[in-house]
Amino acid sequence: MADQLPTEFDVVIIGTGLPESILAAACSRSGQRVLHLDSRSYYGGNWASFSFSGLLSWLKEYQQNSAIAEESTASWQGLIHETEEAVTLRKKDETIQHTEVFCYASQDVDDGVEEMEALQKSPSSATSSATPDPLHSACLPGETHSLHAASYETPAKDTPKSGGEVSLEVTDVEDTLAKEEYCGDETRTPAVSDGDEDGKKPVEKDSTDRPKRKKITYSQIVKESRRFNIDLVSKLLYSQGLLIDLLIKSNVSRYAEFKNVTRILAFREGKVEQVPCSRADVFNSKELTMVEKRILMKFLTFCLDYEQHPDQYQAFVQCSFSEYLQTKKLTPNLQHFVLHSIAMTESSCSTIDGLKATKNFLRCLGRFGNTPFLFPLYGQGEIPQCFCRMCAVFGGIYCLRHKVQCLVVDKDSGKCKAIIDHLGQRINAKYFIVEDSYLSEETCSNVQYKQISRAVLITDQSILKADSDQQISILVVPPVESGTCAVRVTELCSSTMTCMKDTYLVHLTCSSSKTAREDLESVVKKLFTPYSETEVDQEECTKPRLLWALYFNMRDSSGISRSSYEGLPSNVYVCSGPDCALGSEHAVKQAETLFQEMFPNEEFCPPPPNPEDIIFDGDDKQPEAPGANNIIMAKVDSSEGSKNPESPEKQLQN
Amino acid sequence: MHGRLKVKTSEEQAEAKRLEREQKLKLYQSATQTVFQKRQAGELDESVLELTSQILGANPDFATLWNCRREVLQQLEAQKSPEELAALVKTELGFLESCLRVNPKSYGTWHHRCWLLSRLPEPNWARELELCARFLEVDERNFHCWDYRRFVATQAAVPPAEELAFTDSLITRNFSNYSSWHYRSCLLPQLHPQPDSGSQGRLPEDVLLKELELVQNAFFTDPNDQSAWFYHRWLLGRADPQDALRCLHVSRDEACLTVSFSRPILVGSGTETLLLMVDESPLAVEWRTPDARTRPSHVWLCDLPAASLNDQLPQHTFRVIWTAGDAQKECVLLKGRQEGWCRDSATDEQLFRCELSVEKSTVLQSELESCKELQELEPENKWCLLTIILLMRALDPLLYEKETLQYFQTLKAVDPMRAAYLDDLRSKFLVENSVLKMEYAEVRVLHLGHKDLTVLCHLEQLLLVTHLDLSHNRLRALPPALAALRCLEVLQANDNTIESLDGVTNLPRLRELSLCNNRLQQPTVLQPLVSCPKLVLLHLQGNPLCQAVGASEHLAELLPSVNSILT
Repeated sequence: MADQLPTEFDVVIIGTGLPESILAAACSRSGQRVLHLDSRSYYGGNWASFSFSGLLSWLKEYQQNSAIAEESTASWQGLIHETEEAVTLRKKDETIQHTEVFCYASQDVDDGVEEMEALQKSPSSATSSATPDPLHSACLPGETHSLHAASYETPAKDTPKSGGEVSLEVTDVEDTLAKEEYCGDETRTPAVSDGDEDGKKPVEKDSTDRPKRKKITYSQIVKESRRFNIDLVSKLLYSQGLLIDLLIKSNVSRYAEFKNVTRILAFREGKVEQVPCSRADVFNSKELTMVEKRILMKFLTFCLDYEQHPDQYQAFVQCSFSEYLQTKKLTPNLQHFVLHSIAMTESSCSTIDGLKATKNFLRCLGRFGNTPFLFPLYGQGEIPQCFCRMCAVFGGIYCLRHKVQCLVVDKDSGKCKAIIDHLGQRINAKYFIVEDSYLSEETCSNVQYKQISRAVLITDQSILKADSDQQISILVVPPVESGTCAVRVTELCSSTMTCMKDTYLVHLTCSSSKTAREDLESVVKKLFTPYSETEVDQEECTKPRLLWALYFNMRDSSGISRSSYEGLPSNVYVCSGPDCALGSEHAVKQAETLFQEMFPNEEFCPPPPNPEDIIFDGDDKQPEAPGANNIIMAKVDSSEGSKNPESPEKQLQN
Repeated sequence: MHGRLKVKTSEEQAEAKRLEREQKLKLYQSATQTVFQKRQAGELDESVLELTSQILGANPDFATLWNCRREVLQQLEAQKSPEELAALVKTELGFLESCLRVNPKSYGTWHHRCWLLSRLPEPNWARELELCARFLEVDERNFHCWDYRRFVATQAAVPPAEELAFTDSLITRNFSNYSSWHYRSCLLPQLHPQPDSGSQGRLPEDVLLKELELVQNAFFTDPNDQSAWFYHRWLLGRADPQDALRCLHVSRDEACLTVSFSRPILVGSGTETLLLMVDESPLAVEWRTPDARTRPSHVWLCDLPAASLNDQLPQHTFRVIWTAGDAQKECVLLKGRQEGWCRDSATDEQLFRCELSVEKSTVLQSELESCKELQELEPENKWCLLTIILLMRALDPLLYEKETLQYFQTLKAVDPMRAAYLDDLRSKFLVENSVLKMEYAEVRVLHLGHKDLTVLCHLEQLLLVTHLDLSHNRLRALPPALAALRCLEVLQANDNTIESLDGVTNLPRLRELSLCNNRLQQPTVLQPLVSCPKLVLLHLQGNPLCQAVGASEHLAELLPSVNSILT
């Protein structure tokens, strides 16, 4: 690493999870000099998405849990002056626990070679190929610092590209797709995803050559590893939620594509069924009687502006939402739908909270489609990267695999002045943003963490078959016994670009009471049956079969108050890791709050300027300034013109 | 830091925008001017196409320019080779599409596309259908596009079943779609033609039931969406009644023949012709309306010559033939009788049930059940209430009379904006019911007192009534149509708010008229009574005109033949 980082910044951000990335974009956008670091080799921290082999490598890292730390870190003690003291950071990540992997798909011997290959890939190479990295070339031409950083980050890979080619939208879906298309040999990805259509196309293709279930072997999964984009946290975007609003307002949405969740499902009396939640759903439902239709619609309409009708719920404020629903003439199936699938609350939640949740769900309906949720193509892990890209566009500098050893605190002022990285370089800044998992045990000695239980399954069929096999579904399985938590199940189809053809990627999430497997296995057993070579009996056969399963617990550092951290200087701000909720509201709120604390007079992620309003503040010293000037205008322009069809703002106009 | 993006200030932005707009306006104006000049000079060449496309591309609603393009294209059609023309058409279609994207609701653009397509020797209709589908995907209620789709479907002879499936798919997506429901109402009769009804005919029961279920799904899901209710009403409604002569009346005393028709007609040269046969030989007569005004009327009458009424023969037969309506009616005047008539009775002809009617009352009954179910859930839904009232009328107006009135009350309370309309509707139903009761009782006396009537209707059905009681209502006038009551002898209209008496005119047999406690202001409003030769008793107590000095004298002067005028 010949290149040295600059030593003066306004803001240093450690961790590339969602809140940190939003903050990075916001700071950079408002003119701060931003250095964004991550000790990992991939973006997103616990918000990341991995290819299948990338995930295996990630697992290995946690399973080998032993001391990989202390590699070759320069000593920092000498760099601390007398008037200063150091706050050390944590050396290894401890947020993931109880990982358990089960493979049910047949592991053919003849394919073993490839599997070995995939597994033997070094963690770094596996992951860098896994995450289609949008940032490699997201820097400005002639922008010395950025170039610097880019080459610093991935020296080999980026040199041919970063020479001066500017692009705000280089890694468009088409681009990534093209790459993937090139890599894949047998299976073809459906062409550029444009709405529902591509959900249908593959079906038609399939119907001819797939009379029975297709057999998927483990080696196929490994071979198609790159088709998978497996999220560590399973989240969706509420289409009127804070994250969507922020994406649109800041125009970061241009870097991502979304698909509407197609179905809301319910699990009732041992069966999975579709929940009619929009007007069109209710109208078309064959399951509901006329009167049920009316009652449901009436209740939902009321929920949309329940505040206006206090007479209708005031008497039940003390009751739980489920008790309240019983008084509303809703039939048991409707009560179940509202409670678990629409409000998605625990049975014990209060009437007001239930109404609020229902209202929020309904508010989001119809903005982009018939369900309130969007899912980002290529996985949730894209979102932090989109913000990072925005940060880079406005001059932020990125370094992955870059550890920070300690924060340097000035004894007099009690403020943090600098960081010292693993190369022993001292980097000064005014503000420091650190993700919770980087803070040392000492700092966190008083902190009580919650846990999230997660399962990731690869299955061969959808939990509810429909005309089209390209469905994105969300299902909440209510707890069987009280005291445990409801389990949220998200099933993704291959057109979300998160799993290979003929498979489904299923995420289970709940807040932990025990280990992930103990919390989730019962639900997995209810919905799926393990894959086996020998044909099983008829009834079991109707369930989707498990090909592969992973359980793990993730630390939930949301909701930790700043004051519970020990000895943090006032200009060090802490971001939390992913929470258990379905949306990313917490991360957005946190980012905005911290930004306002740091820069009370600055606007948070304002819309980017129109291309015609941009003046390139070129410098005479820049050799290719005039040319570059034109290029950037053209590029920005074309990005405006060629907006992808799924981008929210376009949808909005319709 | 250099190399950063900087943003123009808002003043700079505004200035840039202003300049841009100015530039645009200049271009627009000069292009428009050039086009007009060229058109005037008759230079209809491709340059005009180019210029107009610049303007229309920005503003597709410039109708004159579309006309200009049409002229150019017509001109070029004669000059170009088929290949060149094909290329021209292709660009034109592409251009039209781009204009539609600018404004998908531009009349001019859709019209131009229609024009172009109908001129093509081999239009690609499949492509046009695809285009419609795409535009309806974006806005499923774009009626311009629906219009165009119907045009394309007709031209391409798309089977109605396919079009019906298309409306299905759009209704599935969003049932609040008037165009889609309407299209169904056009397609279904085509798909299921019924032998005994015209184009607007009824549907076979199984189809009807399926449609009713579909539309019920819609109004149970959202009872406030009127598109579904309109369709529901169409499903249950029936075609206009057939043209008919409803009543024929001959009076010996007045030497007069009166006919009433199923719809207002205008008899006279160049319009409708009526043929009168007396004892099987044609008789030329002068037809007039009862109120002597020449305009469409339900009732027409003529004077008869003494010869056709003489008492020598045992009877005379009178037959009126309505040539345009393909209908006729005959009545007989027997020797020694003052009058003779023939009429369709409201009791067996169901004259008043044209609002809603389906052959099978079981269907109506079950519709009524489900609407009542819905009404229980949505007690304040006006569409539901109105439909219940209409269904009850179609089923049995007399049986449901009381209930109907209660529903009217609720409906008026929830929809005060339409109170007056509802009052009129209610009055109509009450008059119908009273007429039915009268005809069942086979009398010629009609009691319409104390009914809160706001309007009088179906008067043409009352040709034979001799005594009419309209007291204690909310009538503001005795309308001209009242003149149709040729047999009326006694008319009571006390305690209303009557201000004008236009209808009390030319009533040959009227003897007594009571108008106490009304709002007759001036003696001059009594002018029409002069034309009632037999009027002898007139009650005017409690009217403002009685207060005037010398009122009695004035009235005596105006109505010299009326024996007693009580003021």
